[in-house]
Amino acid sequence: MSLTLFFFYLFSTILVASAFMVISSRNPVHSVLFLILTFVNAAGLFLLAGAEFLALILILVYVGAVAVLFLFVVMMLDIDFAELKKGILQYMPIGVLIGIVLFLELALVAGTWVVLPEVVAGSAMPIDDTISNTRALGQVLYTRYVYLFQGAAIILLIAMIGAIVLTLHHRKNVKRQDIADQVARDPKTAVEIVKIKSGQGLES
Amino acid sequence: MMEFIVSALDYLLGIPFLGWGEHIGFIYKGLLMLVALLVFVAYFLLADRKIWAAVQMRRGPNVVGIFGLFQSFADLLKFVFKEPVIPASSNKFVFLLAPFVTVVLALAAWVVIPLDYGWALSNINVGILYIFAISSLGIYGIIMGGWASNSKYAFLGALRSAAQMVSYEVSIGFVIVTVLLLVGSLNLTDIVLAQAEMGLAHMLGVPWMNFLNWFWLPLFPMFIIFFISALAETNRPPFDLPEAESELVAGFMVEYGSTPYMMFMLGEYVAIVLMCALTTILFLGGWAAPLEIAPFTWIPGFIWFILKVWLVFFMFSIVKAFVPRYRYDQLMRLGWKVFLPISIFMIFVVALVLQLTGWGWHGGMA
Repeated sequence: MSLTLFFFYLFSTILVASAFMVISSRNPVHSVLFLILTFVNAAGLFLLAGAEFLALILILVYVGAVAVLFLFVVMMLDIDFAELKKGILQYMPIGVLIGIVLFLELALVAGTWVVLPEVVAGSAMPIDDTISNTRALGQVLYTRYVYLFQGAAIILLIAMIGAIVLTLHHRKNVKRQDIADQVARDPKTAVEIVKIKSGQGLES
Repeated sequence: MMEFIVSALDYLLGIPFLGWGEHIGFIYKGLLMLVALLVFVAYFLLADRKIWAAVQMRRGPNVVGIFGLFQSFADLLKFVFKEPVIPASSNKFVFLLAPFVTVVLALAAWVVIPLDYGWALSNINVGILYIFAISSLGIYGIIMGGWASNSKYAFLGALRSAAQMVSYEVSIGFVIVTVLLLVGSLNLTDIVLAQAEMGLAHMLGVPWMNFLNWFWLPLFPMFIIFFISALAETNRPPFDLPEAESELVAGFMVEYGSTPYMMFMLGEYVAIVLMCALTTILFLGGWAAPLEIAPFTWIPGFIWFILKVWLVFFMFSIVKAFVPRYRYDQLMRLGWKVFLPISIFMIFVVALVLQLTGWGWHGGMA
């Protein structure tokens, strides 16, 4: 057994086990932490497959950003476990039924799935071993399929603008900070120097 | 199975039994680097306190050892021999896991740092991405610690910290992209080599003035943004809001004491030194001597590297002493409304210049 194979089994075992823990652990924060463990192990599998760029992007995007926001939200939720567990027996039969149907379908698909050798050989972009996979990905995304890539980017941009427009409410009568205004203040506009005569005080 | 045990033994001991020669000494080198790093961090910590004290016209730690040189080790012993107190209402496993996560992640990033030509423990193709990914995971130690403590202050500190680190990672990422545009490679060794072979000194016809070649000059605004973002990313003052003691007692570390606290502190300082090393590699020419003439080139590269790291760290601690703490909304404004637009704009500028002039590095391992 080579070391690579050992690591493959190590990563896969931890991945499957922690994926199971994601759905079975009682505390939602623990679920998210197991989800992170799953991501990290998936990145390890990517590394073993030689896709180091994808592995690190997976860690960077999913673990470093998405899961942080996940954890952020889940931690602030106040979840009542007794409330959550109340209906579990009631929904159990239909849940199990759906699970069985899904499993059978997946088994059917996975059991009969064959990738023809011609498909792999004649794919649009053959794998070029002479360049690093960062550069190879760049060539596929930014050179060969640049218009599709730009199209996807524009769709994402529109979605982002839409989300902002939907949630942004500009309330009036709210005091807002104007940084430029604050920086531009000088003693002339900010301070008034008054000579106070003794015994008279300041008339206002 | 036997073969696997033998190969695992090779791996651990570095003794070549059956064709695992390439792993010889990897563990030894790693251990050497780890010990050296920890000793250095002890003195970085001392230097931090000494510089801070000097700015405030105090002496700083000066009792343990001559000039207080053993202060950090005395602190280490003190922390280790204290009793760890775990709050009764805390989530014990996560509570104790959090400091480990912080330390391990901070140390793991050092695997790819090249101290000299060929002196990286692991010279991987995507080195800069690896560091960026690992340092983005540093948040987890803080969030887990803050949540598991089951304390309001700790939790608020953790939430602040998460938002802060996610925000400043964005601008650090864009700064790194501009450097990568110039270099054309994600390998850290390539980034350092590229700085010696292109730049202002070559254009002026004085290639021995190496320090003019380095990226701090052509990318000066990005250098500044990277420095400030690195301060925010490592929770250094003036951006130490996660542990703002005037508002949150000690932020996410309130409930921690003794060894777990020490591990948080250690992880934080290792991350700070890592950011100094990254600044050195990206902008200050890594292990290259500042002038390519006789007395400077006699000094070996790793000494230059360490000197540069010390220089950047000196700037880090001077900032800590000089600048008052930012307010939280000011911090967010700086990250999202100032640094992000400037760095995106600079990516366009750099890409445009490279496209129009054909400047850039065309070597390396592609």
